[in-house]
Amino acid sequence: MTAAITIEGLEVVFDRFRALKGVDLEVREGESYGLVGESGSGKSTLLRAITGLAPAAGGTITVNGKALGKTRDKAFYRDVQMVFQDPYGSLHPRQTVDRLLQEPLAIHGIADGEKRIERALDEVGLGKGFRFRYAHQLSGGQRQRVAIARALILEPSILLLDEPTSALDASVQAEVLNLLEEVRRRRKLTFLMVSHDLAIITHMCERLMVMQNGEAVETLTASQLIGHRVSEDYTRNLLRASEGFVRV
Amino acid sequence: MSGNPDKQSKGALLEVDDLRVTFPTRTGIVQAVRGVSFSLGRERLGIVGESGSGKSQTGRAIMGVTPPQAQVSAKKLNFDGIDLLSISPGQRRALRGNRIAMILQDPKYSLDPVMTIGRQIVETLRTHEKVGKAEARERALEMLRAVQIRDPARVFDLHPHEVSGGMGQRAMIAMMLIAGPELMIADEPTSALDVTVQLDVLNILDKLVAERGMGLIFISHDLRLVSSFCDRVVVMYAGKVVEQLKASELRDAQHPYTRGLLNCMPRIGFERHPLPVLDRKPEWAA
Amino acid sequence: MTASDAGAFSRREWLLSERPASRMQARLGRAYVAWRRFTANRLAFIGLLIILALVVIAALAGVLAPYSPTVGDLKNARLLAPSAAHWFGTDDLGRDIYSRIVYGSRWTLYVVILVAVIAAPIGLLVGTVAGYAGGWTDTILMRITDIFLAFPKLVLALAFVAALGPGIENAVIAIAITSWPPYARIARAETLTVRNSDYIKAVQLMGASPFRIVLRHIMPLCISSLIIRVTLDMAGIILTAAGLGFLGLGAQPPLPEWGAMIASGRRFILDQWWVAAAPGAAILIVSLGFNLLGDGLRDALDPRSGDQ
Repeated sequence: MTAAITIEGLEVVFDRFRALKGVDLEVREGESYGLVGESGSGKSTLLRAITGLAPAAGGTITVNGKALGKTRDKAFYRDVQMVFQDPYGSLHPRQTVDRLLQEPLAIHGIADGEKRIERALDEVGLGKGFRFRYAHQLSGGQRQRVAIARALILEPSILLLDEPTSALDASVQAEVLNLLEEVRRRRKLTFLMVSHDLAIITHMCERLMVMQNGEAVETLTASQLIGHRVSEDYTRNLLRASEGFVRV
Repeated sequence: MSGNPDKQSKGALLEVDDLRVTFPTRTGIVQAVRGVSFSLGRERLGIVGESGSGKSQTGRAIMGVTPPQAQVSAKKLNFDGIDLLSISPGQRRALRGNRIAMILQDPKYSLDPVMTIGRQIVETLRTHEKVGKAEARERALEMLRAVQIRDPARVFDLHPHEVSGGMGQRAMIAMMLIAGPELMIADEPTSALDVTVQLDVLNILDKLVAERGMGLIFISHDLRLVSSFCDRVVVMYAGKVVEQLKASELRDAQHPYTRGLLNCMPRIGFERHPLPVLDRKPEWAA
Repeated sequence: MTASDAGAFSRREWLLSERPASRMQARLGRAYVAWRRFTANRLAFIGLLIILALVVIAALAGVLAPYSPTVGDLKNARLLAPSAAHWFGTDDLGRDIYSRIVYGSRWTLYVVILVAVIAAPIGLLVGTVAGYAGGWTDTILMRITDIFLAFPKLVLALAFVAALGPGIENAVIAIAITSWPPYARIARAETLTVRNSDYIKAVQLMGASPFRIVLRHIMPLCISSLIIRVTLDMAGIILTAAGLGFLGLGAQPPLPEWGAMIASGRRFILDQWWVAAAPGAAILIVSLGFNLLGDGLRDALDPRSGDQ
């Protein structure tokens, strides 16, 4: 199996703060990989460094066999797309769903726009009725579906998911997680998913990396985590915390 | 569990009957809370619901901090025998902070950014009690120690932006508890915190509530967290209470909404693909 | 309910539909919501009526004015008080003041529109580019803006007109040059608040060029605050133009420009007050109209208010 994303010794520095301190990561093609950690662990920064939104100060990132430099070319964005955490902030407030979905097609000069937009909306379970709505006419879950449709419309092979459901209600979260699993299966996508919630990561991913303070704590398979076969105390703490409150 | 079962029989601390909160908007009247009833002893009551269920507005209506355009009505809204809806705004203000306190989700927005944490606690204390400066300081430090802040003297002189989220929320709890309230309303007090910090804060809250014999209303979207922390749970949907039950009996919940809410969350060690989703029935909101 | 009522009702339904079926319907629906919010504000509506009246008067000046605005009856009609024949009286050259004011509305509109068309796009471009690019580009563009802002508007305009030579075109250019910097500031401030938002990042992640992002995603967000500000500035622009006219640096005689009319009426202000008062009132009403309109637009277009 080949690697979809390979990261070696990745460093990210904001001003003088080291957000990532030499992280290694390998995501195989077609795999769903999770990054777990608390705020400040650098898990979101890692995603942003892959997309070029956060500047890499050191180390290498290789995507689909191609080493990435400082800038990303247009072809990169046809391979890698991202879904953001906050569905209320990731859709342009003055654009209709139609316009949002048209934009990536226009940027990449893709001709069969009409068909692709209708298919993308169907695929995320929204249908034509939503095509000309503005973001403020949509619920949180519907917005996140639009964001997923937008990410899929360029037909990428890798999807980066930055806490895609943490701003949603539990019942809506289940719907969105199911949708993500379904599109992954249908399109044979590679997922790199960030979450603070161990339960979501074990549900969605086959392998995961626990992060803390910009460093990798340990790398596990989902079954190791479920069986509590972990070697680091920090991971054990996270596991305990995810089981809810226990009165002492 | 630390509570004893006949607490409620000692007369309720808070009685809510048919509470309604409505907002007039340009497109008509929005009913945020539509007839909520429950009573609370010196116990931990969880109010659970998703966004738009009216859980936060219920808490705000009890506290008396609804937005000015909101209309609050109830057949009964009694706190320790006082009819909250008929007393003057001044009397209501005196209750607030003194006998009823509220913790909000994000300490960043509820602490004054330009005042040190210590001074805010001291001011809170001195608005409710006549105490000298030195004594107020002593009591504030003691309170900070009680919320397990290791170096209270240092935190006393810090501004809210200089402390972490967990520390800020502890300071907030300290500020709210300093006047010794009898009823505490906590609206998503830990949702902005990391999971490990979340448990620390809950532990502190739990201990203080038990020690001081307060009543606690814990408002949250997280059914599992609430059920592990509270004695009783009120489940709200679309402005109404759909089910009230003991936290220990959550597994036997009758209402399909409660059951759906419990079921749809992914759990470690339970493989379910796809996850069961909630099939919302219009009659739940009726 | 009559048939036409039913028609109007369903049209309203169509406009307010939560599920627009076409691009056009979505856009119209949005405009309709803004329009309803605007008309709910009665003062703003009055402002709009004043500005519409100004436009109509300017368009139909030839029909509405009973006399020539430039040729007067020096022999019989000098400094006549308001009467049925001359509603606002006549000036020292025997010209009908009402006719001059009616024709003067054209010059007022001319100045206002030209200034808006020149200054607003410059400000928008400078502000959004500076805000989005950041770094050196931002520093240089904003220091230039600061230099313009450092001088009082009228003084700077005076300097430009003195250099370019008096005349209404040069007055317009001078006012435009002095009024873009505040627009640049506004556009930059708006850009800074949106440039780090996820929806701009999402467009970056599609591979959009900075040019495309500024033009298609950031500028539309700045335009409403800019429209509001420009409308509120209109009154100031009219007054600056009138001020330049009054000082003899704007419109040259015999053009019926309102500021210049006040200047020439100044000499008789005690005995023949109407010569200066009539154009003064015209300036007052139109300035007020723009101000009211601007206030209403702020309520109707402000993206931060309501569900826009």
